[in-house]
Amino acid sequence: MSTSIGLRLRNALDSDFAYLFLRSPVAVLSAFVVIVLVLAAIFAPLISPQDPFNPIELNLMNGFTPPGTPNAFTGESFWLGTDDQGRDVFSTILHGMRISLFVGVSAVSFALLLGVTLGLLAGYVGGWTDTIIMRVADVQLTFPAILVAMLIFGIAKGITPVEYRDQMAIWVLILAIGLSDWVQFARVVRGATLVEKGREYVQAAQLIGRRPGAIMLRHILPNVLSPVLVIATISLALAIIAEATLSFLGVGAPPTQPSLGTLIRIGQGFLFSGEWWILLFPSLTLLALALSVNLLGDWLRDALNPRLK
Amino acid sequence: MLAYILRRAAQSVLVLLVVGLIAFSMFRFIGDPIDNMLGQEAQQEDIDRLRTELGLDAPLLVQYVRFLSSAVQGDFGVSYGQGRPVADILAERAPATLELALVSGTLAISFGIVFGVFTAIRRNGFAAQAIMSLSLIGVSLPTFLIGILLIYVFSVELGWLPSFGRGETVELGWWTTGFATRSGLLALILPSITLGLYQMTLIMRLVRSEMLEVLRQDYIRFARARGLRTRTVYFRHALVNTLVPVTTVIGLQLGSIIAFGIVTETVFQWPGLGLLFVNAIQFVDIPVMAAYLMLISVMFVLINLFVDVLYFFIDPRLRVDRSEASA
Repeated sequence: MSTSIGLRLRNALDSDFAYLFLRSPVAVLSAFVVIVLVLAAIFAPLISPQDPFNPIELNLMNGFTPPGTPNAFTGESFWLGTDDQGRDVFSTILHGMRISLFVGVSAVSFALLLGVTLGLLAGYVGGWTDTIIMRVADVQLTFPAILVAMLIFGIAKGITPVEYRDQMAIWVLILAIGLSDWVQFARVVRGATLVEKGREYVQAAQLIGRRPGAIMLRHILPNVLSPVLVIATISLALAIIAEATLSFLGVGAPPTQPSLGTLIRIGQGFLFSGEWWILLFPSLTLLALALSVNLLGDWLRDALNPRLK
Repeated sequence: MLAYILRRAAQSVLVLLVVGLIAFSMFRFIGDPIDNMLGQEAQQEDIDRLRTELGLDAPLLVQYVRFLSSAVQGDFGVSYGQGRPVADILAERAPATLELALVSGTLAISFGIVFGVFTAIRRNGFAAQAIMSLSLIGVSLPTFLIGILLIYVFSVELGWLPSFGRGETVELGWWTTGFATRSGLLALILPSITLGLYQMTLIMRLVRSEMLEVLRQDYIRFARARGLRTRTVYFRHALVNTLVPVTTVIGLQLGSIIAFGIVTETVFQWPGLGLLFVNAIQFVDIPVMAAYLMLISVMFVLINLFVDVLYFFIDPRLRVDRSEASA
């Protein structure tokens, strides 16, 4: 058992993919940043010095503490300062990143599931199914994704009963960003499916009588996955920015569950009064997150593109 | 050519009908319009009377047709939030958005093309490389962070430019313009840079790659061999041939200018349509949302159609191909 894992690991390290990855400093650095940020987000409740949403741990006397100044009561230092409520900015960033990443990953997964399914159907079944799916995609592509997401958010908010709006906001956000993003996946998968459909192995599978569903999932899908992976990575960066933008506009994560965008929205209010740290640190975190995921996606696109090798 | 344009126009009408259906469904099915107007404690007979008056007891298809015909006449109902006709509110807000879009679009197109040509011609020069690296950062920065950064530098630290609003405006009939006063012009600077920067980098990168592609062609080499001046080769022969893809992207980017206008308007509290839309979403003001959606769709569809028609004037080859194909 252990030898087979060892063997697999060695094979993985010997692959072209790993070689290209280790040779690109940008890829290694951005992967490192992404891993650190993701781990920090996952373990936020353990790492963060205080629970920023537990009123017992907060003290208004600590409000507006500049970075590096000690807590008035315990003497512990607030490395990144505190906001008006006396919340430790470092802790709110960790929790905010958790929500940003959760929304981003869920939205992209949702878009991926929807887009890949519809793309496979459109490409493999063809005919009316293809026409309808691609027409809808065309109409949606006429409008910028962020506008579509805002509109879906608005409609969903209108449908949800008032008392559940804040609780549902995160899920509505995932739905809105996911629905605004499926078209990319559908188009690429459809194109790749059209190519694969004519290959011998698909014809062979058809001849031995496998059902269309099985052919799509077991035969075609594995062969169209590599462009999907690239789009998913780039979509993740876009989804994180889209989420931050919506929350910044006040039509995303509510102040009770602030994401990085909500924190920046809150921080903008203190721009003129001189408390720059409330705004600066969440912005830098968002930037680091979006930029490193983006660079990773760019690198992945080049590495998986056979024409560039 | 005519057949092609007619086909595109038919598609556009279809898109508008679908958008109209979405807007209509929003009106009809999100919350009860009667509840929204009369409140919870209304008498049953009042409810029934209003339902008949508003035509809400008619078949859905009839209601949809009525909705579309009143929308075409500019009647989008009454805003739940402000209690005024939505059409009036839109007309009041439109000049701010259009002026901002005009200025930032002009900035993006002119600087985008100039920088694009420059970075293509002096491909290996230091300045060109610096511009290219900077543009990478410009693409990854979210719009609202650019806006905040500009406010911080130019309003908070330097105190040169206003950080919100339109400044003083002058009324020309129903149109209000910020072009006529000094404070109006100053107020335009930061928002239009914020809004135009992303489009500028995009246009620049596209012009650059298209130029590099075109400069490798034989006819450029031939033009040089004929002894034409370098400037003529670059601008009359190379740049003109990059314009078809550039026009497409510019056309599509006009759409994003409207979309990201929402973000910019919120950052700078610019009293335009985008800010109106964001507020409408926050307060679930359905008539304003529906009207904005319809208005934006009409703009998008018109822009797309306009770009399609523009191809024929930019690229004579298309005219020949299309007419032969349809003949």
